[in-house]
Amino acid sequence: MSKGRVIVEGNVGMHLGEDMRGGEIIVNGNADSWAGGSMRGGRIEIRGSAGDYIGAPYRGSGEGMSGGLIIICGDAGREVGCLMRGGTIKVYGSVRHFLGVNMLDGTILVRGDCAGEAGAGMRNGRIIICGWIPSIIPTFTIDSIRPSVDVDGERITGPFYRFIGDIADNGEGKLFVSKAANPHLSHYEKYLQ
Amino acid sequence: MSLLIKNGFVYDPINGVDGEVMDLAVEGGRIVEEVNEREAHVIDASGMIVMPGGIDIHTHIAGAEVNSGRLLRPEDHAYDFEPKTPITRSGVGRSIPSTFTTGYRYARMGYTFVCNPSMPPLEARHTHEELEDTPIVDKATFPLLGDWWFVLEYLRDGLIRECAEHVAWMIMATKGYAIKIVNPGGLEAWGFGRNVRDLDDQVPYFNITPREIIRGLCMVNRILNLPHTIHVHTNRLGQPGNYITTIKTMDCVRDLAVSDRPIIHITHCQFSAFKGDSWANMRSGAEDIAKYVNSHSHVTLDMGQVIFTDTTTMTADGPWQYTLYELSGNKWVNHDVEVETSSGIVPFRYRRKSYVHATMWSIGLELALLINDPWKIYLTTDHPNGGPFTFYPRIISWLMSRRAREKTLEKINRKARARSLLPSIDRELTFYEIAIVTRAGQAKALGLRSKGHLGVGADADIAIYNINPREIDPSKDYRAVRRAFSKAAYTIKGGRIVAKDGEIVGAPDGRTFWINFENMSDLNCDHPRRKSLDELRRKFREYWTVEYENYVIPESYLKVSKPINIRAEV
Repeated sequence: MSKGRVIVEGNVGMHLGEDMRGGEIIVNGNADSWAGGSMRGGRIEIRGSAGDYIGAPYRGSGEGMSGGLIIICGDAGREVGCLMRGGTIKVYGSVRHFLGVNMLDGTILVRGDCAGEAGAGMRNGRIIICGWIPSIIPTFTIDSIRPSVDVDGERITGPFYRFIGDIADNGEGKLFVSKAANPHLSHYEKYLQ
Repeated sequence: MSLLIKNGFVYDPINGVDGEVMDLAVEGGRIVEEVNEREAHVIDASGMIVMPGGIDIHTHIAGAEVNSGRLLRPEDHAYDFEPKTPITRSGVGRSIPSTFTTGYRYARMGYTFVCNPSMPPLEARHTHEELEDTPIVDKATFPLLGDWWFVLEYLRDGLIRECAEHVAWMIMATKGYAIKIVNPGGLEAWGFGRNVRDLDDQVPYFNITPREIIRGLCMVNRILNLPHTIHVHTNRLGQPGNYITTIKTMDCVRDLAVSDRPIIHITHCQFSAFKGDSWANMRSGAEDIAKYVNSHSHVTLDMGQVIFTDTTTMTADGPWQYTLYELSGNKWVNHDVEVETSSGIVPFRYRRKSYVHATMWSIGLELALLINDPWKIYLTTDHPNGGPFTFYPRIISWLMSRRAREKTLEKINRKARARSLLPSIDRELTFYEIAIVTRAGQAKALGLRSKGHLGVGADADIAIYNINPREIDPSKDYRAVRRAFSKAAYTIKGGRIVAKDGEIVGAPDGRTFWINFENMSDLNCDHPRRKSLDELRRKFREYWTVEYENYVIPESYLKVSKPINIRAEV
C-alpha cells in the first residue's frame, strides 16, 4: 500500500499492511501476527489487540520496519518490533517476551507491562516501558534516571531508569523502564552513585 | 511427432549458419533432412530467430548446498511463487528456485541443457535426486575432485595413471560428467582454518601445491579422454589482486596442450579478475586476462556476471564464503564435507552504488567484450552467485547494446564508472555471437556432439525467439531483445514443444548425462592400479560417515540415464 485509507470493521489475519509505504489502515478489531511487517511508511491503527512480530520482517529477512507508525490500542504478542530499523510502534496495552529483539533503530512505546527480555540483541533505538517488567536482561547496564522521555512530540513523564545495551552485541540501544512501576529494580540505583 | 519450423532466421554457429531464412525438420526427437509437410506440425517462425536450445555450463541448481540455501532463505521464496497448473507443479524461489520451477524457468528462456558444476561426491545421491526433479532440461553434474584425499595422495606420489583410474571410478560412481576443481588445496587447508595464498603454497599435511593438483588433474583429464576440460574455480577467488593467480593458473597447464584444443576452463572468471591490493583500490584485471586468452588457445572461460540484485552466494570454496560472511555480516552456512571438500552459503546483495560491486559488474562485461573470440567465453552468472539465471536476457542486452551498458553505467558508483573500461569499448555482439556464447560455444566446450547445433542428426532442442533481426536494431532497441530472450516464443526439447510464449505446455523429464568408461565400467571389481576394493572399503569405514556400499550410485538410480561411452587410455 502506498496511499489511501482502509478501514476494517472486524478482525484481520496475518501480514496486515506488509511492506506498506504510505496511507492509513484502521482496524476496528484485532489483528494477527506480522501486522506492519517490513513497513516503510504510513500509519496503522489497530483498535483491538495484535499478535506476534509486529513490524517484523518476513521469516529469514533482516529488513524489519523502517518507517511509519503502528498504534495498537490493546495488547500485543511476542517480538514486537523485531529487527526494526526505524519508525514508531505504540502499544497501549501490554506486550509479551522479546520486545524489540535485534532492533537497529526506531522507537517502541509500551504503556502497559512487558513479559520480559526487552531489547535482547538491540543495537540502537529506544524502547520505553511504562508498566511492569520482571527483570532486565544482564547484558544491559544502567546509565541514568530520566524524568521523562519524548516520543514523536509527546512527553511521557517518568521517572524512568535508562539502560544501555545490548552489550553482548556492542549495542547502544536505550531501554527506558518506569521507576514507579518497577520497585524491584531499585537495586540498580546503587550503580549510579 | 514430426515438426516443421518454417521461415525462421536460423543462427547455428557450429554449422556456420548466420541468420539465413530456412526450414528445420524434426522427427523422432532429432533434426532430420525433411518431413512430410502434411503430417508434420508446422510452426511458422517467420520474423523470428531460431537457435539451438540454450546451454548453461555453470549453474548451481541442485544438491545439498543449494538445498541448504533454500532452507537458509525463506525470505527468498516469500514474494516469488508459481501456482500449480494442469501441466506444471507449484514452486517458489527467486535466487534459489525449487527444483521444478528451475526447470520451467530455464525452458521458458529457451534453455535445454544445464550443468550443475559443484557436486561433493558424498552428496551425489542428493544431487541426482534433485536433478531428477528438475524437469524438461537435460543435465550433467561435475564431482568436486580437487581436494579429495585419495586424489591428493596419488598426485603427491606422482601416480598420475593410478589417479586417473581412481578419478574414472569416482566419476562413474557419482554419475558425473567432468572434473571440477575448486580452490585446489585451499579447501583441504580450510580444514585446518587456513587457505592457500598462491599456486605454489603448500597444502597442509599433503605436501602438495595447487599447481601440482591442477596439472595432475589436467593430465588425468587427458588420459581419461573426458569430453570437457578440467573445470577450475581458481585459488584466491574474490580477493583483490587475484588476476595474477588466474593467469598463472591458465599458464601452468599451457605445456600440456596438444593442438589447439582447450584443456582448462576457468569458471566465473569475473570473480578471479581483480587487480589492486585492497578493496579500496581494487580494479579490473579483465584487460590482462583478455590479453592472455586472446593469445592462447588452450583456455576457455565463463563470465560469472554480477547483477545488481539480492541473491544467494554458494560455493564449495569454504574459506571464501567465510570472508564473504565477514564482509557482509549476513547469516551464513559453512560446512566441511568429510574427506572431500567444503562449502559455504551467504545471502548477498550487489548494490549499484557500491564501488566494489559496480566494478565487478563492469569486469564481467569487459571480459566478454575484450575477448575477441566468442568461442572462448560463455555467458553465465554462476547462478546464483552473481545473480539468478533469470537475468540472462538482461546480460544479452548489455552485450548487444552499448546504449544498454551506458544506461546502467549512469546509475552505478561514480568512482567505479570513472575506472570502468566499458565506455571505451564499442563492441556489440551480434545474434550469431550471442548464439555462440549461450549455446554453441558451451556445447563445444562440453564436448556435446548432439547439442548446441541444428545439423541433421542433432537433438531437436530448439529455441525460437520472437524478434526480427532485419527489423530490430538490438543496439538501439535492447529492451525488445531482453523481452524476446526472457520468453521464448517456442522451446522445443527432444522434438516436443515444451514452452510457448513463455508458458510451459509440456514437462517431460530431462536426461542425466554421465560418463561411462567402457573399459572400466564394472565399478565393483578390482583394477590393477587403483586402490583395491577392500582398501576402499576399509578407508570408507575409517574416514566416512557412509559405507562404501551406499556411496556408489547405480545407473538404475537415475530416472532418465544418458551414459556417454568413452574409452580411457588406462
